[in-house]
Amino acid sequence: MFDLTIVTNWVHDLLTGWMPSMPWLVTTIECVLVGLFLLVAYSVIAMIYIMYERWVCAWIQCRLGPNRVGPKGTLQIFADVIKILQKEIIRLWSTDRFLFYLAPFLVVTASVLTFACLPWGKGFQIIDFNIGVFFIVAVSGIGVLGVLLAGWSSNSKYSLLGAMRSGAQMISYELSVGFSVLTIVCLAGTMSITGIVEAQADGWFLFKGHLPALLAFIIYIIAANAENNRGPFDLPEAEHELTAGYHTEYSGIHYGLFYLAEYLNLFVVSGIAALLFLGGWMPLHVPGWEGFNTVMDYIPSTLWFLGKAFFMTFVFMWIRWSFPRVRIDQLLALEWRYLMPIGLVNLVVMAVVVTQGWHF
Amino acid sequence: MDELKDKILALCPQAEADTSGELLLVTVPDAAWHALAVALKEQLGFDYLTALVGMDWKTSLGCYYYLTNSATQEMLHVRVETADRKQPVLHSVADVWSVANFQEREVYDFYGIAFIGHPDMRRFFLRNDWVGHPLRKDYDASDELNPLRLTDEQNEDDTQRWVEDGKGRVTVVKDKVFADDEYVINVGPQHPSTHGVMRYRVSLDGEVVKKVDVVSGYIHRGIEKLCENLTYMQTLLYTERMDYMSAMQNRHCLCLCLEKALGIEVPRRAELIRLMMDELMRLSSHLLSYGCLTMDQGATTAFFYGFRDRELIYDIFDKTCGARMSMSYHTIGGVVADVHPDFVADVRHACDVIEKNLAEYHQLFTGNVIARNRMVGVGLLSREQALDYAITGPSGRASGVSCDVRKKHPYSLYSEFEFDEVTRTEGDSMARYMVRMDEMVQSIKILRQACDKLEAEEGNEYCAKVPKVIKLPEGHWYQQVEASRGAFGVYVEADQESKPFQKPYRMHFQSPCFNLVGVVDLTCRDNLVADLITITASIDFVIPDIDR
Repeated sequence: MFDLTIVTNWVHDLLTGWMPSMPWLVTTIECVLVGLFLLVAYSVIAMIYIMYERWVCAWIQCRLGPNRVGPKGTLQIFADVIKILQKEIIRLWSTDRFLFYLAPFLVVTASVLTFACLPWGKGFQIIDFNIGVFFIVAVSGIGVLGVLLAGWSSNSKYSLLGAMRSGAQMISYELSVGFSVLTIVCLAGTMSITGIVEAQADGWFLFKGHLPALLAFIIYIIAANAENNRGPFDLPEAEHELTAGYHTEYSGIHYGLFYLAEYLNLFVVSGIAALLFLGGWMPLHVPGWEGFNTVMDYIPSTLWFLGKAFFMTFVFMWIRWSFPRVRIDQLLALEWRYLMPIGLVNLVVMAVVVTQGWHF
Repeated sequence: MDELKDKILALCPQAEADTSGELLLVTVPDAAWHALAVALKEQLGFDYLTALVGMDWKTSLGCYYYLTNSATQEMLHVRVETADRKQPVLHSVADVWSVANFQEREVYDFYGIAFIGHPDMRRFFLRNDWVGHPLRKDYDASDELNPLRLTDEQNEDDTQRWVEDGKGRVTVVKDKVFADDEYVINVGPQHPSTHGVMRYRVSLDGEVVKKVDVVSGYIHRGIEKLCENLTYMQTLLYTERMDYMSAMQNRHCLCLCLEKALGIEVPRRAELIRLMMDELMRLSSHLLSYGCLTMDQGATTAFFYGFRDRELIYDIFDKTCGARMSMSYHTIGGVVADVHPDFVADVRHACDVIEKNLAEYHQLFTGNVIARNRMVGVGLLSREQALDYAITGPSGRASGVSCDVRKKHPYSLYSEFEFDEVTRTEGDSMARYMVRMDEMVQSIKILRQACDKLEAEEGNEYCAKVPKVIKLPEGHWYQQVEASRGAFGVYVEADQESKPFQKPYRMHFQSPCFNLVGVVDLTCRDNLVADLITITASIDFVIPDIDR
């Protein structure tokens, strides 16, 4: 399988060859390049995702979806982006201005940081350190802060209710996400993202880990949906109750940033699901089918990763457009009475499975 | 009627009874009214206040109270007059029939009659700073008195009560709707889930609803006032602009009332077509209410499914009436035009498709664990409360009140049809939802029978001979039909004095949604904010029907 480190090393050698006396400049240029790549990838994926959601949702709802701008409505997203960029940013009198403007950036920062950690392909990773998964869980927590700040600084009753709901919800469900991630870390024996992917070379964890991995997968899907504020757990927004929840008072690109972060978070949780359960960028291998495995190896690793992430996203969208919304007390009961205890027991079971060597 | 008259005269010797009209008319002086109201409810079983009609008789103001005995379906009406026009007061019966609470506020708003003992005597539709009472005959509608105000409405928290002490002296007591330390959140008038321009002021404790204050009137058009300046034919138009989801039934009701007054015999084929249109409208309305209820719980997809099926019905309307909404199809004596040649085939097709899809909706939504958790046992309304608040239609039947006008006071050709009145006893949001789903099955059943009957009537006339200028004899009439959301009533009073006399002297529309909105506070109290939305969606009112 093609290793992208060849490309990155070539770029590094080229730059060092040009400026052998200035290693600091080489590092700076590389950082800028990586940053540029990140931002471009971030916005492109956000745009693809917004269209993806609109088409999936239209398909589920027996509608046509966007089909006017460009062929099959493909240019719709550019119209949307231009529209949202042009919109006036309304300054309200009674908001806490500094916090009000800070909040969307916090939310976006959190999602960019988690986004940066994903395993894009073989040897194609931005940050790879030995506590990778831990880092993802940690930085994704910043998002809650942004949401809470948005609700609090808006000085609106709807926003405050939305923010309080999301505070309770995101913090609760982060526990379940944490437990299912830990279960997989326990199975992989490493927190490094590359390490986790490498460990799935001979089979994805979803198939390797017996029942506990499957349970962790289901818990992850439910909890990630909730942490992402997506239906049936979209209470912080709850259009029909709180009009738009914590971002009721935002307009223009500030609202756009929340919107962007929501879709990117969807990609991030799908990516993490692909990483932890579906083998990251590893191709699908069936033991014994040599020909099949060779064909699979020819598909680029980045495509594998994106394909898995898009598939997981489809599952999330399917859930969102099928179920009614739960109520705040039912939401918290689901987490604290069912998901968290099951997740805890599951972790213990996984530890036993690993120590006894029962997994494949 | 005579037996009832004797009983009432025994209860209240000051009363006068008149048996010459379509219903027994009892005239009572205000002083004896409250005692008679209590006796009527407790001893004679008149537990359902069907309609409360404010009146201006030029010399005095007053009200007609239409009462129904829910067990025997016997009806009567009571006339109560104020002593003078300057300071009109009547005794409130809000403590006898709770539905009178909002009804009396409406009368206070439009006639200025203050009700002694009413707990919350505020205007219901108009702004607090409105000058005059529009439905009075001496109302001055000049722009100088009521200019287009660009300022906010003030003192919305203030209310007042008329209190009578033991010696008969009446004093006005000032009051507050909400205490100062309550966390009041404003829902509406622009809100995605109020289904129109409705506004609630909700007092919250955390996420728990403590009190709901309904603020109505944002799209009040004064239809009753407008009707007083229109000919009878023209008034038909406005019935469809109240509850647009029961446009056909509302118009049917006014047609029936006017036909009753004129003594017009409607051809059987015309009546069949009207009945089929009513049932199609009911199907469409229940599909919409299914869609809205699911959407308000976040299941947006189900909403689109409901709308998809309504297209079939709207296409039928479109073909026959030339319009999808506000069809203007029923008329005095029949319908305005014959049905489209494909009508019967289209109706059969729509019935088949909707029947098949209903099973899918049950799979998609009814059995869903989240939906069940959100609706079962939430927003309880007991049978007694439903009667007390005069809740009719699917919401009333979900509480166990058997109130289907099609069965209780059969009109049109309903007595020829085989169908069941769907009732449930739970009285929660789920029951209200299920009653609607089951009523759709009954409507399909009626439509299929009607298709057969209509085929047999092929070629007969669709409208009776009706005089070009419609003049009603002197008198007043009340007619009710089963609209999509409950019993819809029309009160028409004709007066030979009013010139030109083709116009009604007074027309009152007793809309079911006006009563439905009265139980929002009752059902939502101590539930969560999220339930407020589900409960109001399951009660299912249409705002223009409240704000007539």
